[in-house]
Amino acid sequence: MATVETRGVKKYFGDVVAVDGVDLVTKDGEFVVLLGPSGCGKTTLLRMIAGFETPSAGELVIAGEVVNDLPPRARKIAMVFQSYALYPHMTVFKNIAFPLKAQRVAKAAIPQKVEWAASLFGIGHLLHRKPRELSGGERQRVALARALVREPAVFLLDEPLSNLDAQLRASARDELQQFQRRIGTTTIYVTHDQVEAMGLGDRIAVMKSGTVRQIGTPQEIYHEPADTFVARFVGSPPMNLVQHQNYVLGFRPEQFLPKGSQNGIGNVITFPFRVTRVEYLGADRLLYGTLGGAFSGQKVIARLPSTITIDIKPETNYDFTVEDKELKFFDKSTDLRISARPL
Amino acid sequence: MDPRAETATATGDLARTPRRSISIIDSERWLGPLLIGPAVLYVVLLVGLPFFMALYYSVSNTTTGGGTLGFVGLRNFTGVVGTPRFQTALKNTLIFALLSQAVILVLSNALALALQRDFRGKRLIRFFILLPWVAPISIGTIAWLWIFDSTYSVLNWTLRMAGLIQGQGFMWLGVPHLAMGSVIAVHVWRQLPLATVILLGGLSSIPQDIHDAAAVDGAGFWRHYFQITLPLILPISLVALLFGLIFTFTDMVIIYNLTRGGPYDSTQVLASLAFYTGIAGGDLAEGAAIALFLFPLLLAVAWGFLRIAHRTEVT
Repeated sequence: MATVETRGVKKYFGDVVAVDGVDLVTKDGEFVVLLGPSGCGKTTLLRMIAGFETPSAGELVIAGEVVNDLPPRARKIAMVFQSYALYPHMTVFKNIAFPLKAQRVAKAAIPQKVEWAASLFGIGHLLHRKPRELSGGERQRVALARALVREPAVFLLDEPLSNLDAQLRASARDELQQFQRRIGTTTIYVTHDQVEAMGLGDRIAVMKSGTVRQIGTPQEIYHEPADTFVARFVGSPPMNLVQHQNYVLGFRPEQFLPKGSQNGIGNVITFPFRVTRVEYLGADRLLYGTLGGAFSGQKVIARLPSTITIDIKPETNYDFTVEDKELKFFDKSTDLRISARPL
Repeated sequence: MDPRAETATATGDLARTPRRSISIIDSERWLGPLLIGPAVLYVVLLVGLPFFMALYYSVSNTTTGGGTLGFVGLRNFTGVVGTPRFQTALKNTLIFALLSQAVILVLSNALALALQRDFRGKRLIRFFILLPWVAPISIGTIAWLWIFDSTYSVLNWTLRMAGLIQGQGFMWLGVPHLAMGSVIAVHVWRQLPLATVILLGGLSSIPQDIHDAAAVDGAGFWRHYFQITLPLILPISLVALLFGLIFTFTDMVIIYNLTRGGPYDSTQVLASLAFYTGIAGGDLAEGAAIALFLFPLLLAVAWGFLRIAHRTEVT
């Protein structure tokens, strides 16, 4: 078990800044997700922690030791790749046994360890197969078993679920989390999928342009976004952001409800809302439209749960409300969160 | 709308235009044969015909003087196989081919691994390494002829300057074992570029993730190379080796230019012996028999290699 710490880590590729000073400290046994759009530097950061890239500046600390100059094999880490990177010429057994052999584990102990790792992921019956004879989900389990078998101090996962189909991804997410809780190994997980991040992470670090914009629990990230980028990136559909006076006002689509359907007892703010399009999604309805009054013409989305049965028609004006505690305020120029303002 | 187009539609011209552009090129029935035709013609006229002529020559009593084409059965084969000259050439062929391919295999692997790394001037070095393959082989071997010259050898000069030898130095092409070593060295020099390029292609087809995974899994250089890299480039290495072997078994340019098979037939290989017997000596029938002697063996080797390559194919 170990913690991972990055101290002012930077990475340049020529003139391109991939990672621009990241300070990150994991707790022991924590599941940290690096979340961000493609090109935000999350994979580069992970590859530096793994030892595939050398930081241009800053320090990487694993288990209290500065590892900048250590090769990957000396960092007590294991990694699962997006492509799984199984050795195609080896059977599943040999794939899982490879890290053990490389670490000169006693030959007699290897089969037992391989079977233990394989049984954890329910792939004991596949040991004699080659990777090309496996389905996507099975390959992913083999990759996890291979990473786990030598009991690393830190797990690094680079979008390990993105090659699975949607249904499989949901169940794999569940298994992954249960498994991580059980073995309690510090895990750093890279993804661009905010649903995955919210579902898996103890904490999420949201990255953009090489910097961490916010780090916090999924609840903090969702309900108290530090800036407009985090507000828009997390949540689907994203937070509505509207210009008002000299600041930006934000509210979640599911908090934007027809007048009278708010459950809370707090104050509500009323917005005139002209619905232009209704999208029926089964569990929810998405209403696209524009605000009126002081926010005239600004586009917003409302998400009504199926429990709200009010009839909504396109090209019609309604009064919608948001509880005032659900309103977020952001600075117009810096995009950073600011304290509440009077409307 | 363009008034002319309107007229065209009205008269049905537009509808006919696409049909007019349909030619023989659009018909799969004709396009395929048309495209493959030249290649088939080339193979039949320049490879197939001479091959079958050689097949017949080897069981005939023809000479370069022409005239008879009488069938003599396997007499050419049985007659030549027993001669010491043939047996020496056969032995030399095997030594020449196997030794040079072994050296090429090791060197091309090392070279390809080195060239795969990123470093300054990589393109320039790749270009220089390819040069022996691109340059006409006769010109290259003439340069080697000077390098190995008994009086002016730059090799001897270098060795003398380095204080490793005194006096005259080696007769590179005049002593049997040295001559064999020299022709093998030149052959390696010549074939190394192609083998390296083929292996480089194989190396670059291995995804970086696989190398990263091996690094994280704790593999050091040798384990990484022998257990990950080498097995993954094995199929393409076998193809490179197959090309190299067949080329070496059938080529005589280097030997012809450097030693003419000498001294005392110590570098005579079957290809050069076939040439000297059939063309220079005029006994076309026996020359054909010598040239064809290895054909069944090469066929078997090719079949075997391709089978292994297919079986070890990984993706």
